[in-house]
Amino acid sequence: MSFLANIFARRQQSSSVAKDRLQILLAHERSTGSDTGESDLIRQLHKEIMEVIARHVAVDQDKVQIKVDRGSGCSMLEIDVEVPQELSGKRVSSS
Amino acid sequence: MAKVLVVTSGKGGVGKTTSTAALGAALAQSGQNVVVVDFDVGLRNLDLVMGAERRVVFDLINVVQGDARLSQALIRDKRCETLSILPASQTRDKDALTSEGVARVMDELREKFDWVICDSPAGIERGAQLAMYHADMAVIVTNPEVSSVRDSDRIIGLLDSKTQKAERGEKVDKHLLLTRYDPARAARKEMLSVEDVLEILSIPLLGIVPESEDVLKSSNVGAPVTLAAPSSLPARAYFEAARRLNGEKLDVSVPTEKRGFFDWLFKRDA
Repeated sequence: MSFLANIFARRQQSSSVAKDRLQILLAHERSTGSDTGESDLIRQLHKEIMEVIARHVAVDQDKVQIKVDRGSGCSMLEIDVEVPQELSGKRVSSS
Repeated sequence: MAKVLVVTSGKGGVGKTTSTAALGAALAQSGQNVVVVDFDVGLRNLDLVMGAERRVVFDLINVVQGDARLSQALIRDKRCETLSILPASQTRDKDALTSEGVARVMDELREKFDWVICDSPAGIERGAQLAMYHADMAVIVTNPEVSSVRDSDRIIGLLDSKTQKAERGEKVDKHLLLTRYDPARAARKEMLSVEDVLEILSIPLLGIVPESEDVLKSSNVGAPVTLAAPSSLPARAYFEAARRLNGEKLDVSVPTEKRGFFDWLFKRDA
């Protein structure tokens, strides 16, 4: 089986993987500039989203995860906020 | 009219200094007056690769700060009299280079030489930006490898924004030099091919320098590969690249040992 697996694995050549990865990465870096642009946008989005959430619940900054996945067609910005159990309960009961 | 050429890459270890020395010696052997200038302050190596390390008295920073005259700091190559080197300082740091001082030295070099070739330090900071600032042309040295290609893309962006030409709304003439290329591995699709790199970076190709032991042998003895082993594959690639820098239109081919002598002869004449 491993023999067959090897044959199929070789179909995707490492140079074409390298090329695809570079093309996606550079498309982003060129449009945004890797120093400022995108990282600034993410910082801004993060800050503003957190401000909105903070108006309603107290959130521990360490419990917020931010992930970005840059694809060729679109990018995904994922903000994962862990809302404390007791607070989310309070929020529900007071509303 | 002198031409100022910067040899740059962003990434370290891709062959900037080797290429500066090899292209400088190739252009000088065609009879033009060439100076190679080391901008890597604190980590100079062009003197060593050129075999001039024991002849350094004054350096670029001494000239920039007015402690020495340019003529005192220039070292003429012993093998090729139209080739000179202006070494960097080994002890000072990059802050010792002022923009005004570098501008004054570059003006003076432009008067004395046909080609001023600036060997950029790695990175994208002050030292690299000073090395590229006065450039009319740029050779971007790239290895067929993801991190090198990415850094080259970044450097191309800087050449289009942080140079004197860019500030005047003009363009620096950019050329790609692909080094450490292994045609066999590229054919097996284990390495980015010439076409892949060109498609990604989209700047004209100056040459393809194959991976070769002659490059290390030459630096071991302190000679540009175009002086130490002029008939070797990398030297041939550098000689052709130098002719293209002079405006000749030559097809770029990957020099390989497998091609016969006559193929090579006819290719050169074409």
